[in-house]
This record gives sequence, structure tokens and C-alpha cells, in this order.
Amino acid sequence: MRKRIPFITAVFATLALANVATAQAPAPPSDLSVQDTPDDSGKSVDLQWSLSNTDIFNPLLADVTLVDPSTIVATYSVERITSLDANGKEVAGEDSQWRVITEAGAGDSSYVDRTVELGWTYNYRICAVDNQGDASHWVEATTTVVPEMQIFDSSKAWLAIFMLVFGGFVVYFINEARSGKTLWVRKIAGLEAIDEAVGRATEMGRPVLFVTGIQDINEIQTLAGLTVLSRVAKTAAEYGAQIEVPTCRSLVMAAARETVESAYLAAGAPDAYQPDKIHYLTDEQFAFVAGVTGYMVREEPAACIYMGGFYAESLILAETGNFIGAIQVAGTAMPSQLPFFVASCDYTLIGEEFFAASAYLSGDPLQIGSLKGQDYGKFFSVLILVIGLFLATTVSLTQSTESAGFGSGALGYIKNNMLGSEGLGSFGGGNTDTEGDDS
Amino acid sequence: MKRTVPLIIAIVAGFVLLIANFIPFAESWGLTAQEWFNILAVGAMILGGGNLLKLHLMKVSGQRKGWGYSVVTIVCFTATLIIGMFKMGVNPNPLTPDYAWSGYYLESGSGLWWIYQHMVVPLTSMMFAMLAFYVATAAFRAFRAKNTEATLLLITAGIVLLGRTYAGVWLFEGWLPESMQWLRFDNLTVWIMEIPNTGGTRAITIGIALGVVATSLRILLGVDRSYLGQD
Repeated sequence: MRKRIPFITAVFATLALANVATAQAPAPPSDLSVQDTPDDSGKSVDLQWSLSNTDIFNPLLADVTLVDPSTIVATYSVERITSLDANGKEVAGEDSQWRVITEAGAGDSSYVDRTVELGWTYNYRICAVDNQGDASHWVEATTTVVPEMQIFDSSKAWLAIFMLVFGGFVVYFINEARSGKTLWVRKIAGLEAIDEAVGRATEMGRPVLFVTGIQDINEIQTLAGLTVLSRVAKTAAEYGAQIEVPTCRSLVMAAARETVESAYLAAGAPDAYQPDKIHYLTDEQFAFVAGVTGYMVREEPAACIYMGGFYAESLILAETGNFIGAIQVAGTAMPSQLPFFVASCDYTLIGEEFFAASAYLSGDPLQIGSLKGQDYGKFFSVLILVIGLFLATTVSLTQSTESAGFGSGALGYIKNNMLGSEGLGSFGGGNTDTEGDDS
Repeated sequence: MKRTVPLIIAIVAGFVLLIANFIPFAESWGLTAQEWFNILAVGAMILGGGNLLKLHLMKVSGQRKGWGYSVVTIVCFTATLIIGMFKMGVNPNPLTPDYAWSGYYLESGSGLWWIYQHMVVPLTSMMFAMLAFYVATAAFRAFRAKNTEATLLLITAGIVLLGRTYAGVWLFEGWLPESMQWLRFDNLTVWIMEIPNTGGTRAITIGIALGVVATSLRILLGVDRSYLGQD
């Protein structure tokens, strides 16, 4: 018995040592850096680190098969400690202790902590954890970080400049129109056809169907559609035609009623206004289509006008209108639906024409002035486009990819700063790779 | 007054959203404005539902043409409303078993779930499936070689149509020299979609973006008030 006790002890000791020998920890990540998220309201901190040498997603690993399977990283545990609050006082309680804020997956080398308080001082540390739960030693960030609020989102500086330039053009030409200068606008066939369509409906004694799309009132396309509705309703009131406006949203119905009522009033026919002709059907896309197409087949309106935001229902509506032989005018800013309207309707307002409709139809010089400003904005955009094309072609032909070159520097600036999110930045930085880029 | 107050609301809300896009301090204003809109939209749902019921009840009481369909609409509307509002067939949330109505309203097996799965989804799919036939009739009309542009459209559409199927590969198998492989319909399709199609789409998109900004400015500056029913 005495001999057996040392033997069992020795066996257990050997097993324990063997266990210690196999329980190897993964290699730790490195270079943990923290910084206040730029251009935000001081509500987040950006963290970045280099992947562990036992993380199989580390691109620097020459051969992942050489990594000891027991040390392969499963997650990165990120912890945070708070030292000072916004008033510079020491923080007590849970925040003053290290606590886990996230478990990032293997291969992740960044994290945005969105649970921070403005003006507080934070420190972070990270470790790698393998599938057995063994953790590497902690790697602490070399600096603390204090989230701060920026006054202006500098990543959108160029967007602001474009808006100001474009807005400047619009305001300038509105003032020009106000001073009495005559501004010429080309004829838009689709809008000219609206009077013709309403006239045809009047002659045939059939109603005019107007659909403002399936978006809600907070969408600009719906508003643009309502401005056209205003004109159509006024013409219908003058001609004595009946107008039917089924809507897909309750708020659009309320707004459309106001629009049509005012149009009838302006046309001197308030008694002819029938609020029940502007009615709500359903929010459900295809149920709405079923309702509208059912009406089209039953009542056979002589004119169908579609102005607003449309999705897959565009073709069903337009083809049904075509089937009943109605004259059809459509306008939308949905590029994917335009081909369907072009194929099925008599006239289609393409993109910007649709937004120009309100100004064009009103004939108001102030509004037409805004169209002129829009044209100059377009010219400005095309100018940048041509410069970008020229630079991209030159850089591509000369294979001059070094950032020191003026061409590649300018191209990089246009792509990353003017069209990207790097703000005003510095000239000559960023990626100028032109191959396979569709930005 | 009836026009001025909505105009002021529209202008203020527009400028708030514009500022919120550029000033980090104001970024929550945009979310607040969106929440206000959502509250308004929920209120308006009652308006819409009421309008729907009113119109169909009038149709039934007047026994106008097709009033039978209005009866079906009213019955379905009321039944769905009651089943959904009272969460019929919904079990209480396991975390709060004492609260009978705490379960998820579209819980599998519940009344509203059944309506959605067995009525709304098949009907919606049916309407969507009809698109295939409408595409065929629209294409038949659009692709007639009436003039040069229409002929070009027809040829391009033919290439893309074949290029999207195995025929685009099969037609050229075995006889087209290696140096002419770019002529295969599947390769031409990729080129058509990536170069001319993308270029055209972007041109339209730029125009749309500028149109949106111009329209927004007209509304923000109060120049365009036609959406309020005023030219």
C-alpha cells in the first residue's frame, strides 16, 4: 500500500505536467492603436490592431499549416477602462475596472466602440483567445483616448462645396428671373402631352387616372409627382374632366386632396371637386397594383399618368394602360424602371425631366430660373467628369501610378477627396489604381 | 394660414435634415424628425383605413356596380384588423409569461401569421409572377425594328438575351478561333452591361441627383409651393 501511494502521485504529477505543456496560449495581437472617430459627435472610438501570429487569417503568415492547431485564434477579447469623466473627475464603479466591450472574431483587426461618453478618458487592451479558452497576455494601447465632438463633418466638405456652388447657381438664376430677364427652356414633349391627354379624356367622357407612385410623402419623387398632379387637376377642372387618384400611402392621400382641391379652386370650379376620387387603397405594393389595374380594366380611363417613385409595379401598370388603349405619360427617377415606362408609355419623363416638370408646367419665371441653375450645375459636373476621364486615361496609358506624378495625384484627389470621403485633405494622397475600379 | 404653416414646417424640416447631414452635433435631429414623421404616418393610417372603409361601405349601401367585392374587402379588412390587434393565436413571450399580449405579433402559427403566409404571400407572388408576361408583351412591342435606333436596340437585346443563357456559349462552341472569343454572346453581354449600360445609367443618375437638389432648393426656398396646392 505504501508503495502504491507514491506511484499514483507520480502518475498524477506526470499528467498534470503534460497538461501544462499542451495548454499553450495563442500569440497575442500587437500594435493596438486607439483614436477618436473623426467627424463624429464624440460618441465613438476607433480601435485597430495587428493580427496575432497564430491567427490563420493573418495575411503575413507564410504557411498556416505550421501554426499549432491548439493555439489558433478564435476571438480577440477587447477590454476598456475609464479613468476620468468629462469634468476631469475620477470615475468610480464598474467603469473604473477593466471590462469586456467586445469579442471580435478571428481575422478582425478593427472595432468601433460606440458605447463611449463624450469627453471621458478611456484606455483599451486586447488579447487573443483560442478555442480551448486559453488567452494570450494582454496588449495595452500606448495612449488613452478622449472622444470629442467635431463642429463640421469634414469628410463631407466637398459635398458641401458642391451644394453651395450648385445652390449658388440656382439662387443666382432665380434672381435673374426676378429682375425680369427672359430665360429659355427647351420643350419637354412628355409635359406638352399632358394637356393633350386630359383633352382626349374629356372628349371621350372617360376619367383621367393619376398615380403618384408607391412612396410616402417624405420622398422627393412623391412631392414632384404632386406638383404635376396640381397642373393635371387644374387642366381637368378647366376641361370638365374627371380625375381619379388612388394612393398607396395615407399621407399622400391627404396631401393629394389638398393639391387637387386647390387646383379646382384656382380653375374656378370648386363645386366639381370630388374628394372621394382621391382615395387610399393599401400600403402593400402588389395589392395596390391589383387595385389600380382592376380600376383600369373596369373604368377604362382615357389617360393614365404615372408620376412618382415606382418599383416592379411600373410595368404591370403601364402594360395594363396600354392594353386598354389609354394615352400614357410617365415620369420617375428610378433608373431601373425607366426602360419599362419607355417601352409601354407614349411619353416618359426621364429622371431630371421629371423634377423639372413642376417648374416647366408652372411657367413661373422664378422656378424656371432654378432650372437654368440646374443646367449650370450639370455643366459643372460634366466638367469634373471630363477632367477625371482625361486624367484616368492619361495615367492608364502612361502607367504612371506613382503618387508623385501630377496626373495620378490629381486623379487620386478627385476620386478620394472630391468624390470620396477624405474631405479637403492633401493633394497627391490616396489610391490611384485605375484597373478594375468602378467608383 | 392654411398654406403658411405647412410651408414653414416643410422649410424648417428640410433645413434641419440638411444641417444634420453636415454637423455632427445635429445628427440626432434628423432621426428625431424621422420619428415625428413615423408618428404622423401611424396617425394617417387611421385616416387611410377610415377612408377605405367609408368608400366601400358607401358602395355597399348604394348597391353600386361591383358592391359584392366591397363586401369582401370590408370583411377581410375587419377580420385582419381584429386578428392582428388582439394577437389571436399568439403565445405570451416566455420572458414575460404573465402578460398575455407580450408575444410577437407574427409568431409562427398565429392568426396573423396564417393570413400572411397563406393569403398575402401567395397573392403577392401571383401578382409578381404576372410580370413575366408583361415583360414579354412589352419586349415584343419595344423590339420592333422600326428605325435605326430600334434596330440597334433589338440587336443589343438579342445579344444580351442569348448571352444570359447557355445558348450564348453553345452557339460559338468549337468553331470560333481563340482570338475571336470576345465575340461570344456571353462575353459581349458582359461588355454591354459594364460599359455602355453603366455609362447610360450613370448619366441618368447624375441628372436625377441634380434634379433632386434643384427641387429640394425650390421647396426649401418656398419658390415651389404646388405640392401644397398652390402654383
